[in-house]
Amino acid sequence: MAAGTSTFLFDIAHLLAGGVLVLSLMLLVQDRLTAVINVFALQAVVLALSVGWQSLVQGAPHLLVTALITLLAKALIIPTALHRIVRKLDVHREIERVIGGGPTMLAGLGLVALSILVVHPVVETADPVAREDFAFALAVVLLGLLMMITRRNAVSQVVGFMSLENGLILAATGAKGMPLVVEVSVAFSVLIAFIVFGVFVFRIRERFDTVDVNVLERFRGEQREHL
Amino acid sequence: MALILDLPLQLLQIVLVVAIAPLMMGVTRKVRARLLRRVGPPLLQPYHDLWKLMHKEAVVADNASWVYRRAPYALFAITWVAAGLVPTYATGLLFSWSADLIAVVALLGTGRFVLALAGMDIGTAFGGIGSSREMMIASLAEPAMLMISFAVALIAGTTQLSAIAALFSTGEVGVRVSLGLALLALIMVGIAENARIPIDNPSTHLELTMVHEAMILEYSGRHLAMIELAAQVKLVLYFSLIACLFVPFGIAGSDAGPLHLALGILAWLAKLTLFAVLLPIAETSVAKMRVFRYPAFLGSAFAAAALAVFLRFVSRGF
Amino acid sequence: MVGGMSDVAIGLVCIAGFFGIGLSGAVLGRLRIATPIVYGASFVVALAAVALALGVLLGEAPPSMVVLPIGLPGTGAHFRLDTLSAFFVLVVDLGAAAASFYGIGYGRHEPEPARVLPFYGAFLAGMNLVLLAADAFTFLLSWEFMSLASWALVVVHHRESASIRAGLLYLLMASFGTLCLLLAFGLLAGPGAAIGGTAGFDHLTFAHMRASPPAEIFAALATVLALLGAGSKAGLMPLHVWLPLAHPAAPSHVSALLSGVMTKVGVYAFVRIVFDVAGNIDPWSGLVVVIAGGTTAVMGVLYAVMQRDLKRLLAYSTVENVGIVFIGLGLALAFRAAGQGPAAALALAAAFLHVLNHSLFKGLLFFGAGAVLTATGERDTEKLGGLVHTMPHTAVVVLIGCMSIAALPPLNGFVSEWLTFQAILMSPQLPQWGLKFAVPVVGALLALAAALAGACFVKAYGIVFLGRPRTPAAAGAHEVDGFSLAAMTALATLCVLIGILPGVVIDMLAPLTRDLAGSALPAQVEVPWLSVVPIAQSRSSYNGLVVFAFLFCAALMAALAVHRLASKTTRKSPPWDCGYPLPSPRTQYSSASFAMPIRRVFGSVVFGLTERVDMPRPGDTRAGHFRYRLRDPAWRFAYGPLARFVVRGAQHLNRLQFLTIRRYLALVFAALVVLMLVVAAWR
Repeated sequence: MAAGTSTFLFDIAHLLAGGVLVLSLMLLVQDRLTAVINVFALQAVVLALSVGWQSLVQGAPHLLVTALITLLAKALIIPTALHRIVRKLDVHREIERVIGGGPTMLAGLGLVALSILVVHPVVETADPVAREDFAFALAVVLLGLLMMITRRNAVSQVVGFMSLENGLILAATGAKGMPLVVEVSVAFSVLIAFIVFGVFVFRIRERFDTVDVNVLERFRGEQREHL
Repeated sequence: MALILDLPLQLLQIVLVVAIAPLMMGVTRKVRARLLRRVGPPLLQPYHDLWKLMHKEAVVADNASWVYRRAPYALFAITWVAAGLVPTYATGLLFSWSADLIAVVALLGTGRFVLALAGMDIGTAFGGIGSSREMMIASLAEPAMLMISFAVALIAGTTQLSAIAALFSTGEVGVRVSLGLALLALIMVGIAENARIPIDNPSTHLELTMVHEAMILEYSGRHLAMIELAAQVKLVLYFSLIACLFVPFGIAGSDAGPLHLALGILAWLAKLTLFAVLLPIAETSVAKMRVFRYPAFLGSAFAAAALAVFLRFVSRGF
Repeated sequence: MVGGMSDVAIGLVCIAGFFGIGLSGAVLGRLRIATPIVYGASFVVALAAVALALGVLLGEAPPSMVVLPIGLPGTGAHFRLDTLSAFFVLVVDLGAAAASFYGIGYGRHEPEPARVLPFYGAFLAGMNLVLLAADAFTFLLSWEFMSLASWALVVVHHRESASIRAGLLYLLMASFGTLCLLLAFGLLAGPGAAIGGTAGFDHLTFAHMRASPPAEIFAALATVLALLGAGSKAGLMPLHVWLPLAHPAAPSHVSALLSGVMTKVGVYAFVRIVFDVAGNIDPWSGLVVVIAGGTTAVMGVLYAVMQRDLKRLLAYSTVENVGIVFIGLGLALAFRAAGQGPAAALALAAAFLHVLNHSLFKGLLFFGAGAVLTATGERDTEKLGGLVHTMPHTAVVVLIGCMSIAALPPLNGFVSEWLTFQAILMSPQLPQWGLKFAVPVVGALLALAAALAGACFVKAYGIVFLGRPRTPAAAGAHEVDGFSLAAMTALATLCVLIGILPGVVIDMLAPLTRDLAGSALPAQVEVPWLSVVPIAQSRSSYNGLVVFAFLFCAALMAALAVHRLASKTTRKSPPWDCGYPLPSPRTQYSSASFAMPIRRVFGSVVFGLTERVDMPRPGDTRAGHFRYRLRDPAWRFAYGPLARFVVRGAQHLNRLQFLTIRRYLALVFAALVVLMLVVAAWR
């Protein structure tokens, strides 16, 4: 029976971590800003659940704090703020993508396969929970990066960065015994990064009347030519 | 001895899938109507419709060939046989081994091939548009369906539907992300294959958006009745497929007694009714898509199924 | 053995027969009687070869050898007939028999029989010679002979510029392929072969190569070279470019041979070199083959969907099917390297069954295209339509061919694809993680190819045979002659029979897989109800017979019940078409419009599709235009740059023509010194 329970516990952990990954993929192909933010909030909720479940399984109460921080910061505060920014900037129209939806999705799938492929043989000896979380986490990080590369809109790039950070949290909870201090500092740094991004977005907007970061690059190019 | 017992059970399944198919369609229509605040047709209306259609004379276009006249019967037979081979209330029926999951999917492909040809036989613009779009949808849905089959078969170690259902009903495989993703993908593919919203609208005519209805536009009388019945059986087939792969609980084992079999039938009917209620709820909550949004829809089904295959490798018990 | 002659000797007698037929074709060429004589004789000889092959396969006869004192000095020409050769002899001569019988009728419409008949026999002889050759020299010689004979058949209609272009391209690709095979054999024969020496040229025999397997790196290199060389004949992407031009250019029964049979000789060359001669191969080369097969399958069928020329569509579909065969072969390589005998046997059986199936239905479909060509004079699908009314028999058998090639149960194409899928599902047994992931992806490609093949052949059949005739030529079609119909009916019957009773053929493949993979599938005819059970009943099984019987009974019951119990009255009326029936047949869906959704979905990524609509404004009376352009990625990314590079290089080298004698001497001297330096450094 004990074995049965532990596999059940494992199954739930597996399901939640998988859910985070699936939401990352969904994030990749959303083409409206509001949808991007909502999916991101959902991912944060699932992540919080996953971390909470891990704290239950591992008997580590400090992970519960991590879960709470995640839930508050990423599922409530940041999405609300992002929604406000989007509404204020009046950019809830479609996102321009650098490459199309189909190839992005295929690239995302390839990254998932790659991360499983890389992690699996490396941590063959580690316990299965950690191994699995590690593969998922790496995939989430890579997908976050991919999102930052494929999007031109500053707001969705911010979301990509945040979802990348979700992957880091997922990895951290899988590896037993991460001190709380680290988590708190990471959470704070993300918050600060968020604020910086927010200010950044508003400044771009004031300057160039758009949140398309390509404009920035063009601007830089011009500067160089003048010099 | 075994044959004498097994044969009626298999025949019972084959008869049942046809017998209750119109009822399930009736349930979906009724629920849909109620959701739209209409009274809706009675539950048994599809039976009356079929009866009426069969007794009318068939109006056939002047230049119709034998392809056009044989296609409805072929389509019905193909769908019926495929549905008769998917486990419904019991596993290990007499002929359950004669076609596995891949073969059932391919049989449905044969049906689609026949119907698409029938759509082109008269040489009208609508028939062509329907056939062309149907084949486009199929070319996107079939890889997704195969990936779903792979995900399920790689977990179960077999492609025999009966064996998969027997294994999954023990609960040994547990809750898995792969299975969840495969279920999601199967629902999306099922929606596309059964011409439901948001891919196609089963109750539309005179619209350039129609696909299935455009192919069968010229059909009438008994031919139309066979096609309608085939569509209803196909819906039951997909319901049964989802039931036997993802919620096989209550399904009777291969050596079950009469009590278990009766329970199995009841459980199957309950699951079908549940799905028939859920389908229109999902349908009424979304809008029909543009034709060239289908690739995105079916592409995400494929992605979900492919992810299911990949994630299988990080699950336990590989 | 018959009358003291070994099997291989009988095979050689058959080949001599084909040569004789070729000669008589050259002599009689211009007489009217030559056509039936040549094709009738070819039919008889091909049937004899089929009987020989069946005898070897069913009797599981041991390999028989013969050495003729021709060819390389001191070594002679080696010929050998083992089960692998026998199976391919069966495939080739079954196709040849059907094509010859078809040719008796179809050949009458040939405007220039003297250009076809001599090469027809030579072509058949060349293909069979390749299959029996047992040393590298004889093999390459036969291979080149086959290529040249088929080239002559491609350029039969040499007054059409398309034929000439096709022939030129074919010649180029064939030389490239032979070069690759030559190098592959060189690697396999080892350094001893270069000297000759006391052992003569014995290093070049397959037996010697088999006995002394090369180093692993050479074997892997030889695999890649064999893939290129054999793949260029079989039509692997991106070496397929000659195939859709050359195959349709020949007369239709020759097209059937080129597409259905000669590509299989390419497959044979690959199997012979990689599975038999090269010894054990690294599993990763299996992955290369699988991926090459998967992309070839999908790209081939995508091209096929876009075509409007019926024969070219069929040629592209050959590319697809060759891809499917190579998926099976690659899987077999990977499984064999991993020591998974039963899985390797399954993959090999799937590939070989598909080889046989494809030769049957592709032959049938090319015959059908030839029949359409005879009846209407058209190959362009946009000018056909409604032939089901005027060519009723052809319509039925071609429908069977279309359904077989679209891999629909209960016909034969489905069985081999189903077996391939089952082999793919064995991938978790592979030890390499990369393969575990890549193989299901190739499975998805295979599924995509199968679904697109369905769309492709709905289009081909629907546009050509259904609907209303688009031109007077199509409306005035007539049924073709009895010989053609008989050949097509025979192939269609085989398609149905193999679909219903695949176990018989799978059992026939058992000795082959035992030789090549060290294992065989369980005997299928002993399985109850004649199901196909590749590994175990609890794992997977398929029963074409039961499915077919069920389908037949269900359709019959439904039709009888409706007709007896309900209504069977029918009323004819004009089509309804939502109340807007337009009388002109041009309002029908055309070939291009049928392919439009698929073109849109896949075209922009794969083919760099550009569409331009020129719609006149209201009140403007000029015609509207819709243009689309597809760019072949093989030309765009491989051959285009290559051709430009060659041209540029040639321009640079052109300067060498106008040097002074002193400079020429300086060049020669410099080359000599450099060579000597290399030799000195190497020592």
